[in-house]
Amino acid sequence: MKRLVGIVGVGQTHHKSRNADCNGQELISIAVKRALEDAELTIADIDAIVIGNMDHFESINCADMWSVDGSGSYMKPIMKVTTGGTTGSAIGHAGFYHVASGLFDTVLVIGWEQNSESDTTAAISTCFDPITEREYSAGAIGPLAAQYIAYMSKYGATEEDAALVSVRDHNNAALYNPYAHLRQIINVEDVMKSPYISYPIKLLDMCPRTDGACAVIFASEKKAKRITKTPAWIIGVGDCHILVHLADGIGLPNLPSLENAARQAYRMAGINDPFNQIDVAELYIPASTAGVSWMEALGLCEEGGGPRLIRSGITNMGGKLPINPSGGVLATNPIGATGLLRIGEAALQVMGKAEKKQVEGAKVALATGFGGCFWSDVTVLSSSPSLE
Amino acid sequence: MEERKEASEALSIKCVADMPYNYHAGFYYSRFLKELRDNKRIIGVKCSKCHKVYVPPRIVCRDCFLKMEEFVPVSDTGTLLAFTITNFSYIDTTTGEPKRIPFTAAFIRLDGADSNIVHCLDETDERNIRAGMRVRAVFSNNRTGDYFHDIEYFSIMRRQNEERQSP
Amino acid sequence: MDRVGIIGIAQTKYARYNPASHAELAYEVTVRALEDAGLTIEDIDNTVTVCNDFWDGRTISCMTITEATGSHRVPTTNVEGDGTYGALMGLMHLLSGIHEIALVVAQSKVSEGIPSVITNAMFDPVYERVLGLDAINSAALQMRSYMSKYGISEEQCARVSVKNHKNAKANPYAHLPMDITVDDVLKSRVLADPIKLLDTSPISDGACAIIMARERTAKKRHARPIWIRGVGHCTDLYHLGDRDLTEAPALALAAKKAYKMAGIHNPLKQIDVAEVYDAFSYMELMWIESLGFCEPGHAGEIVDSGMTEMNGALPVNPSGGVLAAHAVQVAGLARIAEVVLQLRGEAASRQVEGARVGLAHGIEGACGQGHCVFILEK
Repeated sequence: MKRLVGIVGVGQTHHKSRNADCNGQELISIAVKRALEDAELTIADIDAIVIGNMDHFESINCADMWSVDGSGSYMKPIMKVTTGGTTGSAIGHAGFYHVASGLFDTVLVIGWEQNSESDTTAAISTCFDPITEREYSAGAIGPLAAQYIAYMSKYGATEEDAALVSVRDHNNAALYNPYAHLRQIINVEDVMKSPYISYPIKLLDMCPRTDGACAVIFASEKKAKRITKTPAWIIGVGDCHILVHLADGIGLPNLPSLENAARQAYRMAGINDPFNQIDVAELYIPASTAGVSWMEALGLCEEGGGPRLIRSGITNMGGKLPINPSGGVLATNPIGATGLLRIGEAALQVMGKAEKKQVEGAKVALATGFGGCFWSDVTVLSSSPSLE
Repeated sequence: MEERKEASEALSIKCVADMPYNYHAGFYYSRFLKELRDNKRIIGVKCSKCHKVYVPPRIVCRDCFLKMEEFVPVSDTGTLLAFTITNFSYIDTTTGEPKRIPFTAAFIRLDGADSNIVHCLDETDERNIRAGMRVRAVFSNNRTGDYFHDIEYFSIMRRQNEERQSP
Repeated sequence: MDRVGIIGIAQTKYARYNPASHAELAYEVTVRALEDAGLTIEDIDNTVTVCNDFWDGRTISCMTITEATGSHRVPTTNVEGDGTYGALMGLMHLLSGIHEIALVVAQSKVSEGIPSVITNAMFDPVYERVLGLDAINSAALQMRSYMSKYGISEEQCARVSVKNHKNAKANPYAHLPMDITVDDVLKSRVLADPIKLLDTSPISDGACAIIMARERTAKKRHARPIWIRGVGHCTDLYHLGDRDLTEAPALALAAKKAYKMAGIHNPLKQIDVAEVYDAFSYMELMWIESLGFCEPGHAGEIVDSGMTEMNGALPVNPSGGVLAAHAVQVAGLARIAEVVLQLRGEAASRQVEGARVGLAHGIEGACGQGHCVFILEK
């Protein structure tokens, strides 16, 4: 028997490069309080908690146990899920399964990171095999850059195509998202003039390192309907964690894990025409280049069609399928929270609560997560329990 | 005004976490590293069902989920699939020192292999590098069983690549 | 709760040092669990891995075993916590109705790192870490508090160690099967007073895998599924000074929940065998109190009476428990695997006769801050 699960509240901190006035537990508590306020609940209403971050960024072992003061888990069930960059989406899915299992009715999911506390790239680099891959794999940036080289070489995409993605996401953040970390209006020339950090990725092509937290409350059908008139129903989930060796992922620039995860989620949701059935997408695009090369994996364009899609303007605010009204990862990247922010932002859209970011009439939203060795998670949310 | 003043007075505690690890290579990597060290040879492992050759060797074929047992040599020459020139420094977690930049990460498909490896190139100007170029491993004369040391870098085979480009 | 049955289990032999890589270890238990279940990897439609970035010395530690566990073929996630939490995640995947057969794999190669440095990292970076707290000396604080409050003696704690190491002789997977006496324990080297070497679990390399399936599939595919009847998890406060270390209210609450689901009103009478997470000898005493096997402070008498011995009324840790084999993150899943063996009647010379209902327990954090309890039934 499949149970309906809905999101009933979303909270996040105002993301910054350095949240110097909070420690980690305090940062978490801000997001938790805001999510509870959004749902008009108290911590007493929460049956279970799922938390995620990437250990080595803050150097805290058993972070679920450490989080208790901030996550409100005293004498409650809490567990930690961590899968790298996909942590945010993985905890979202874990929260979904907590409720879908029937074991818990109201579940608080918390993603957080204080990237200012450590050398992010150094920490990420430890994910690569120390014997055969780590030495020359520069965190997330190096592999993403190399992957775009493969895409450009195969399909003739350009750095300017990627710059358009950067312009779109940064400007959305500046215009519509008061929580975003980076809020700057830029143009293609600004991007092209910014220095290369790992060719062909330039400074303005890459996501920032952010301190921030996000909390999302999932509830069973009965509870969700009592809590709010407009739950964001989770109608599709998919996960694909496909590779172990980084070098193998570089040669697959169209991100097959995303295609696989999307297929699972679309099938569950009843989506067979994503371009027309999805109203808004919050996508985990960690570098502008990915915003070009990964679009076909979602079925939004033909193979190699990323540049055409981006240049068409369809994915801008006001276009047929706006992508990242929040500014996405390029504007805000507290890694453990980032994937959850995509789910939270997508939920706010179909709940009609996205304020300035709101895409008019959005009923079906797509959220993706990315990380690890080119892994992907996909979530489909809807304002009604099914698409029919 | 008050809030901003408080924030600037917030302290932080510096901590350099020294976490020593002794990573076990396991049986497959051990074979690979010893072959590099002793015989100046790169080996992969072959799946008995689909015949794919994986470098570096590993226990299970991803597609067939079978344990692989046949080790085969692969060439020290291959094709550059992709690359990137990293130009920002970060702490090398093995040494604790900042990484020396720029360095060019190279993702290579060696001849005879069905999977890719990562190493570095002896070229850091993107105008001189193209995906698809032929590259060859340059071995150290003083090999120790360390992949990144025993193969010092990969070299772009300039003459071969020029010949391929000419009509 | 719908019925979910465990239909496959496998463990490696636990040892101080296993030269296999993470992937090689994980592949071994995955293949053996599949064999035990009579399945192939194609039958698995979702997986949960249990890996910890600190113990593995790399971020995204689960990446090492993705292919070796077949997790690249199906929806998967990674729980970072004791293996019991991973099993719970697998259970939730199945109860959702979206998946049919889950594989849960936990692995640990603690010999690669330095345990005191890694467990020191559990503590608050500003207030506690600099004191040099780690798993052992924090447990020493708890042991001293508990003994002082209730007048439990070091001998009574030592008796647990004697029992469990002896039980381990019947467990082919155990790291430390030994014949020792109370005197041996009392005379063993003091690590952090009052914790002595023989009060302490070893640190082991090892892995464990379990396969579970929804009822209809479990019955169709396996002769003897062992049913998950109840589960509960709960956590106490974090800072050691915020807690009453002499008690484990989080365990009591987790157990209460699991018991309610499983229809257990009288644990002593209704549970036939228990595998609890005895990372230290005194912990077995504390945990059996919070599990309701006796009143708080009376576990010493229970141990003295022999109730928890192999031939007692409620054998605890017939496998030798964590004192005999401690692969971190794996050990709770191993408790589940051992209870499954018991309820199947396959526990050979460590079999508790006629066991029908069993309890498996895992902990998380320092001094048992978090707990997860499973009730399994034949």
